[in-house]
Amino acid sequence: MPVQYISGFTVVLEVLSRFWPVWIALVIVMGASFAYKKKLALYGQLFDSGVGIVGVGICLFWLFTAIFAATISPFNPLAQVPIMKDVLPGAIEPQSGLTYLFGGDKLARDVFSRMVYGSQIVLIIAPAATGFALMVGITLGLPAGYYGGKIDTVLSFLANLVLAFPVILLFYLLVTPGIMDTPIPYGMAGVFFLFPIIFFSVLFWTRYKNRPDRLYILLGITLILGGWIYAGLVFDADPLKIVHIDPNQLNIFVAVVFASSPGVFRIVRGLVMDIKTRDYVAAAQTRGESPWYIMLWEILPNARGPLIVDACLRIGYTTILLGTLGYFGLGLAPESPDWGTAIKDASRLLRSFIHPALPPTIALMSFVLGLNLLADSLREQSMKD
Amino acid sequence: MLSFVIRRLGTMALTMLCLTMIVFFLINLEPNLKKLAISQTEMHTSAEQLETWLVNHGYRQNFFVRYGQWLGVLPKQPVTDPATGKPAQRFSFCNDPLVPTFAGVFEGDFGCSTKFKATVASKLFPALGATGILMFWVLAVMVPISLLIGILAGMREGSRTDRVLSVASIASTATPEYVSGVIFTVIFASWLGLLNGSAASASQGITFYNFTLPVMTLAIYGIGYIARMTRASMVEVMTQQYIRTARLKGLSFGSVVVKHALRNALIAPFTVIMLQFPWLLTGVVIVEVMFRYQGFGYTLVEAAGNNDIDLLLGCSLVSVFIVLITQLISDVGYAFLNPRIRVQ
Repeated sequence: MPVQYISGFTVVLEVLSRFWPVWIALVIVMGASFAYKKKLALYGQLFDSGVGIVGVGICLFWLFTAIFAATISPFNPLAQVPIMKDVLPGAIEPQSGLTYLFGGDKLARDVFSRMVYGSQIVLIIAPAATGFALMVGITLGLPAGYYGGKIDTVLSFLANLVLAFPVILLFYLLVTPGIMDTPIPYGMAGVFFLFPIIFFSVLFWTRYKNRPDRLYILLGITLILGGWIYAGLVFDADPLKIVHIDPNQLNIFVAVVFASSPGVFRIVRGLVMDIKTRDYVAAAQTRGESPWYIMLWEILPNARGPLIVDACLRIGYTTILLGTLGYFGLGLAPESPDWGTAIKDASRLLRSFIHPALPPTIALMSFVLGLNLLADSLREQSMKD
Repeated sequence: MLSFVIRRLGTMALTMLCLTMIVFFLINLEPNLKKLAISQTEMHTSAEQLETWLVNHGYRQNFFVRYGQWLGVLPKQPVTDPATGKPAQRFSFCNDPLVPTFAGVFEGDFGCSTKFKATVASKLFPALGATGILMFWVLAVMVPISLLIGILAGMREGSRTDRVLSVASIASTATPEYVSGVIFTVIFASWLGLLNGSAASASQGITFYNFTLPVMTLAIYGIGYIARMTRASMVEVMTQQYIRTARLKGLSFGSVVVKHALRNALIAPFTVIMLQFPWLLTGVVIVEVMFRYQGFGYTLVEAAGNNDIDLLLGCSLVSVFIVLITQLISDVGYAFLNPRIRVQ
């Protein structure tokens, strides 16, 4: 039986209608943000420029796509329907009557569903890895910039060491199936995931050390929550079995954090060296505040503007890195629906079929573009103040 | 100035030593050695045979001894043939000496590639040459275009040209090589049929037909970034007092831009262009794999995929050297171009 096709126009309509939960959520969030933009500080100011609105819109679009992936995609991203191998966009799957909106790939999977599910992988790993990189970079960059001297020399040398590695070589060395048999990824994860716990503990300790009632509650929450997630991620020993990460995902995660934290370190160090000459820092020093109080509660809040902008750009860059990993088939499972792997699979067959290649490339590009536009508009808004 | 350069070169040497040691450690991890042994011996070899292979080829010596041998500070020992008890060559295809000799990186010997069954030098340097040609064309395309875009955008901040060009440069920084490569191939090779989607034939002879796509793909990611830096620098220069003075003297806008602003605005992009090399290195790997061009990136992937220890070490040494030397050039060049900077 030949495969039936629907027309190009119907494909467009159906794609738009499949995204219905995303449109509803977008309208609600964008509408609410627009209505209350005066009260939303920096986030609200984004809605003053066209670039900012487009940036927020694209980022939210992919965020909601990741959240509602199960509702949007008509097929299981891993399901193979043999008759649909390499079908062109708009082919109707005979059994369910649903359409392969963007066609089928060489393993007869639905390209549209894979693109939608791919957003989940990117939107979980990229922001989380960026968050950890920020924690590592901030915790090490603050003392390096503030104290200078030996600490700075040693930490800067280590950061430059990592930065001198071409990223691709680093990934080939750190993300291989073999390395998961060694304790290296777990050791690195153990070190990196410690930083957020240290960061928040010191943060609360310096602020509330004279107010035990607050301090013990906050420290307790940090240690219990942090310890729980730490046990789940590093040792895979979460007693409640909620926090869990596959070994290969942990490997990718660690490699990405490792590759991007020196960049954060350099930025934080530079900012701290600039800010520590300000009067309010001198005032805090005269008051006799501890160095870590000054770093975390005087300097860091004043460095937040450039850091937020950098975080946005860095999520985009991490997305590109994840795509690179997928493109070289490192770390992620071969059938994983992430965009990089999809681009790799499709780019080998460009001579015969182009339709499986376009959705993941455009998805990846648009998401990074959205983040870059967001960062650009944030930078402009924070410069206005 | 001289002492600054010397100190930087010292740090550079230390960095390279540390990095090669890390690379050496990582590729000599047990699973990687197993993989190498499996790929180098016949199918279905037992665990003992794999172990014998590793011992026979000298992979079971002390880590630091082997690193020293690779560096060339310790003599490379010939292996002992288990059958005859006489010294034998480790790898016959590399003409390893039969007596202990100092043959490491310091002596200019990069070792032996197990994947290509040849010396690393005979594999690595032609590949570097091929990549050099690619890099040359990429820079020849990327630098003028990005500087032009940056200057046009930064000339009048906030104008329509500025807006359009800025968004275009942001879009180009959002397009990694594996995305633009696919899109360009689809447009120019599959639809229009103008260009060749593979650069495999470029090793024999470079033509517009087979070389444009790789160059375009590599250039596009860097263009946006350099253009944005140039724009920022240009915007800053255009607000300076001397520009206003020149305008008030009655010079035309074009003449002010070309004669007064341009020279000062191009200092910052110089640094950025030099620091762009490490990024290009990753791009080179992607593009060479995508378009099947036999250069440095292709060699690196082959070496890493087959755990070819000496070749991968050679590749890392070269890439780390490129990264560090461009950093040095950018620092020295910056001080040279900008007389206000004094290095101590």
